[in-house]
Amino acid sequence: MDILDILLSASFWAAAIRIASPLIFATIGELICERAGVLNLGIEGIMVAGAFAGWIAVWAGLPLWGGVAVAMLTGMALGFVHAVLSVPFGLSQHVVGVGLTLLATALTFYTYRVVLPEVSSPPKIEAFQALPIPLLSDIPILGPALFAQTPLTYAAFILVALVAWVLYRTPLGLAVRAAGESPAAVAAQGLSVTVIRMGAVMVGSGFMAVGGAFLTLSAFDSFFFEMVNGRGWICIALVVFGAWKPGKALLGAVLFAAFDAFQIRLQQTGVGQVLPYQVFLMMPYILSILALVIMSRRAEVPAALMVPFNKGER
Amino acid sequence: MTAKDQAEVVLRLSNITKRFGSLTANDAVSFDLARGEVIALLGENGAGKTTLMNILFGQYTADEGSVEVLGRALPPGNPRAALDAGVGMVHQHFTLAGNLTVWENIVLGAQGLGGLSLRAGAVRARIRALSERFHLRVDPDAKVGKLTVGERQRVEILKALYRDARILILDEPTAVLTPQEADALFGTLREAVAAGLSLVFISHKLHEVMALADRVVVLRHGKLVAERAVTDTSREELAALMVGAEVTTPEFQMHAGGAPLLSLHAVHAPGLNGVTLDLCAGQITGLAGVSGNGQGALSDLISGLISPTSGEMTVTGQPVQTWSPRTAIGRGIARIPEDRHKTGTIADFDLTENAILETYATEFSRGGWMDWGRARAHTEALIATYDVRCPGPDTRIRLLSGGNMQKLILGRVLETGPMIILANQPVRGLDIGAVNYVHRRLDEARLGGAAVLLISEDLDEIMRLSDVIHVMSEGRLSPGFARGTKTPAELGQWMAGDGFDAVA
Amino acid sequence: MRLEPIANPTVLRRYGPPVTAIAATFLVAAILALIAGGDPFAVFGQIVKGAVGSKFALLETLNRATPLIFTGLAVAVAFRAKLWNIGAEAQLYAGAVMTAVLGTGMLGWPPALLLPTLAIAAMLAGALVLLIPAVLKVRLGVDEVVTTLLFNFIFLLFVSYLLEGPLKDPMGMGWPKSPRLIPEARLPRIVEGLRLHWGFALALIAAVAVWIVNTRTTLGYEMRAVGQNAEAARFAGIPVTRVILKTALLSGGLAALAGFSEVAGLTGALTLDLSPGYGYTGIVVAMLALLHPLGVVAAALFVAAIFVGADSMSRAVGVPTYLADIMLASALLFMVLAILLTKFRVRRD
Repeated sequence: MDILDILLSASFWAAAIRIASPLIFATIGELICERAGVLNLGIEGIMVAGAFAGWIAVWAGLPLWGGVAVAMLTGMALGFVHAVLSVPFGLSQHVVGVGLTLLATALTFYTYRVVLPEVSSPPKIEAFQALPIPLLSDIPILGPALFAQTPLTYAAFILVALVAWVLYRTPLGLAVRAAGESPAAVAAQGLSVTVIRMGAVMVGSGFMAVGGAFLTLSAFDSFFFEMVNGRGWICIALVVFGAWKPGKALLGAVLFAAFDAFQIRLQQTGVGQVLPYQVFLMMPYILSILALVIMSRRAEVPAALMVPFNKGER
Repeated sequence: MTAKDQAEVVLRLSNITKRFGSLTANDAVSFDLARGEVIALLGENGAGKTTLMNILFGQYTADEGSVEVLGRALPPGNPRAALDAGVGMVHQHFTLAGNLTVWENIVLGAQGLGGLSLRAGAVRARIRALSERFHLRVDPDAKVGKLTVGERQRVEILKALYRDARILILDEPTAVLTPQEADALFGTLREAVAAGLSLVFISHKLHEVMALADRVVVLRHGKLVAERAVTDTSREELAALMVGAEVTTPEFQMHAGGAPLLSLHAVHAPGLNGVTLDLCAGQITGLAGVSGNGQGALSDLISGLISPTSGEMTVTGQPVQTWSPRTAIGRGIARIPEDRHKTGTIADFDLTENAILETYATEFSRGGWMDWGRARAHTEALIATYDVRCPGPDTRIRLLSGGNMQKLILGRVLETGPMIILANQPVRGLDIGAVNYVHRRLDEARLGGAAVLLISEDLDEIMRLSDVIHVMSEGRLSPGFARGTKTPAELGQWMAGDGFDAVA
Repeated sequence: MRLEPIANPTVLRRYGPPVTAIAATFLVAAILALIAGGDPFAVFGQIVKGAVGSKFALLETLNRATPLIFTGLAVAVAFRAKLWNIGAEAQLYAGAVMTAVLGTGMLGWPPALLLPTLAIAAMLAGALVLLIPAVLKVRLGVDEVVTTLLFNFIFLLFVSYLLEGPLKDPMGMGWPKSPRLIPEARLPRIVEGLRLHWGFALALIAAVAVWIVNTRTTLGYEMRAVGQNAEAARFAGIPVTRVILKTALLSGGLAALAGFSEVAGLTGALTLDLSPGYGYTGIVVAMLALLHPLGVVAAALFVAAIFVGADSMSRAVGVPTYLADIMLASALLFMVLAILLTKFRVRRD
């Protein structure tokens, strides 16, 4: 297969959008937390928990959207743990985040074993099916890529627009951004930094969990232990790459996913015979590090990111 | 305005008590504020002024007592309720988000959080109207981070006015302004009072208090010690009330300078624009200016944190090649940093570990091993010589008062017998006893032949101690003026940037 | 609410919260065990029995603690200097790879020469792996948490490549594992007949060495100063960048010793499942030890005991072994909160 053929094929772009979808949810979730001033390293564990919670809920009989809701609530509950420790108590966001990832992952695996003690391979569910949008999906290349996806992918794109609108156009979004820039300014205007930051962490964590649930409810139809596989950490890099802006973060996620889809196809070409497959699998992580390095110069980082706010401090 | 209006009480503080651990920050403080009245809240650093205003504004909850605004009790610990009742506060350290625009900062929180739109157009129009009415010129679409300190203060006042404040609290509002800007601010405030606002204004500058206030409330050690109408008191009486005794401000003689020990010639660096300066032996050189005009950069340069990008720098006759904090210390420069908590000390280190921060490598370690016995003995000697009040050298320094912390820093840098001393805001936040102690030590160093650079935002301090005074504005340095040759107003003009072009 | 520093903490204030944190951890585990249908007392009883109930169990716990002491020390050293090294897993594998490369016959030296060489080579490899994120941090300001995390994935793939390519055991019947180490490259047992190798002793020595470095040496003083307040350290003339890089070298080297000790002392060959997350568990160990090097030994023994005990508990009672992971993660979170509460009092405003 020629490289140009890959880039011009509708299936390639459809795959890219599909791969991007969970990243979009989780990146937007992380972005909300960071805009409010909290680095949420619980993201990896929250995605694992969300993937499992959504899937097990559907397996137990809930409709698919019910599974999404369960994932969201699971993420918010875990986000609450992070928020309590990192916001009012102001504990190290690094330690709390890594600890939460360990906790969420362990809880997930434990619950899996308790609910399904003796299974050798996890049961499958009826996942989200592609829902082509009439007319739009008939556009060549773009149509099948963008408009023949599952409803959860459409939801991801709508979410980006919604979050951008809330952040930049509403009083609530202004308060969230201000909490990440200058918590003292927020407090002086009679708003509670604690409530705003905790709320942002909880909502953001909810979206991370939905990102995880995309894997079990839309991309695949079952749950595996190594499913999330560092996607959370990649999303943290994507937030930096997107300069903490929803639109740029979306663009970054799609670019990243396109690269990922490209390397999968490249493996099947002549290049794949020469290079070991591990090199291709490393690409997403190496790319994330490169994105961090390139973007490190253009610091648009929220001024109060990782800075706890303690009213009593003078 | 009739006498009846004058008498209407808009704010009543009753019996406010607030304790922090064993410290009583406010002890049963009560006073009233009438409509259209200006009260000055006077007191030394640490007298409890800011705590009292934070209680009034709902950022702290009082342990006892109540706050009434326009006859209604404010629920404690709720800034929102204070704002809604018409109390606005301009904090000493501005509470603004630098990456947001002026209008975003002003409207933050003013519309609740449930709205679907910020209505930016209407917000901007209202801000423009307010700025016009109160002569508070500022561009609503500018990023706050790009504004000057004076402009930022205007934004702070606009924030309060935007929310229809009836009572305005200003915490040390002139600390960051030139004398001219301070006058302009007083003009604005007088207009606001004429429009029916009432003011509480916190200060320790007596001339401002006498100029603006109707009534003065004096706090000392958390207690209200006196209430005076401005017409019935004098600066001398207020000063005595504030400190609790007759104040003796020591006089410092002027001295002729010796040879220059540190020279800058046309030095450029980030924040510095062609600075030429001689620090001469046996002299205190004062550096005045509004904060953020390059004093920090000059201080960083002399400290060794930054290097000149162009121009010449000579220390004790030797040109500077490589430059770092360690080489600066090695060349005999003593540095008293601006922020003793953030840069001067390490809060969770004990006194010994803090005392040897600059000299550990040369004096207290051998072959990579620390000599803690010597370090401890050295620290004990410093504690005795510099009168640091503390339980012992093993105390974590965060438990010390600001004055004692500063004494340890003084000891750390002066004990080596430095020839050049950089003192950046050495008395900020200290009580009068500690202030006099620091000044006396600097004066002694001058008598011992050291060249001292004193950076301060307090023009009175500069004019009292310095032999030569320079002014900084936008990274440029004025020529040196001998003490007494320029009035505060003339220096203020330099601070505002006038005069530099004529020199250049 | 507001946090108020406590000047003179009482005994209750100093030890009450940490004890409560441990109790809360066991409470959480008890509830989860109940949900899984296990009797909490039986569960904890089995964990204790499985961890220290027999000579075999005890030795297993000590063996399991060995790599955790190394990774715990690595994390403690780094975190003390506020270098957030979450990449001990990759550094561990770097040490293991180095041991496998040099110890499978490339160097045919006697043990007295070969073993120190392997240890030092392993440390260098681990140090190098952490040096990259550390340089990115000090030169470009790239957050090391994310880069060290991502390096874990990259390095594991690299190991996978090695085990299927250049380092593949020709006699391995297709399994991704390296050839066995030559006998001279194996760490001997401390006491003949007891299944405990010199790696454990080396770990104890490393802990004491780190403790001495922290408290007695100039570098230790510098690392603590940089970690507590980098701005003040820089102002005072401490070479902050160099100290961070030295810290990275030390931390990466310590984590790599875990890989060396596992391959040379326990498995005798490099495999892809050499570490069940010792690098991540090292974070828990270090935090439970309050970053104190000697505390790391105690914490590593505790953590290892929980893991070993949970294995046999699971076989006996049927509650999943992941209970151990939950206990450790919650112990970590409870403990950081508890430590805060030993220093601060929660007050209303």
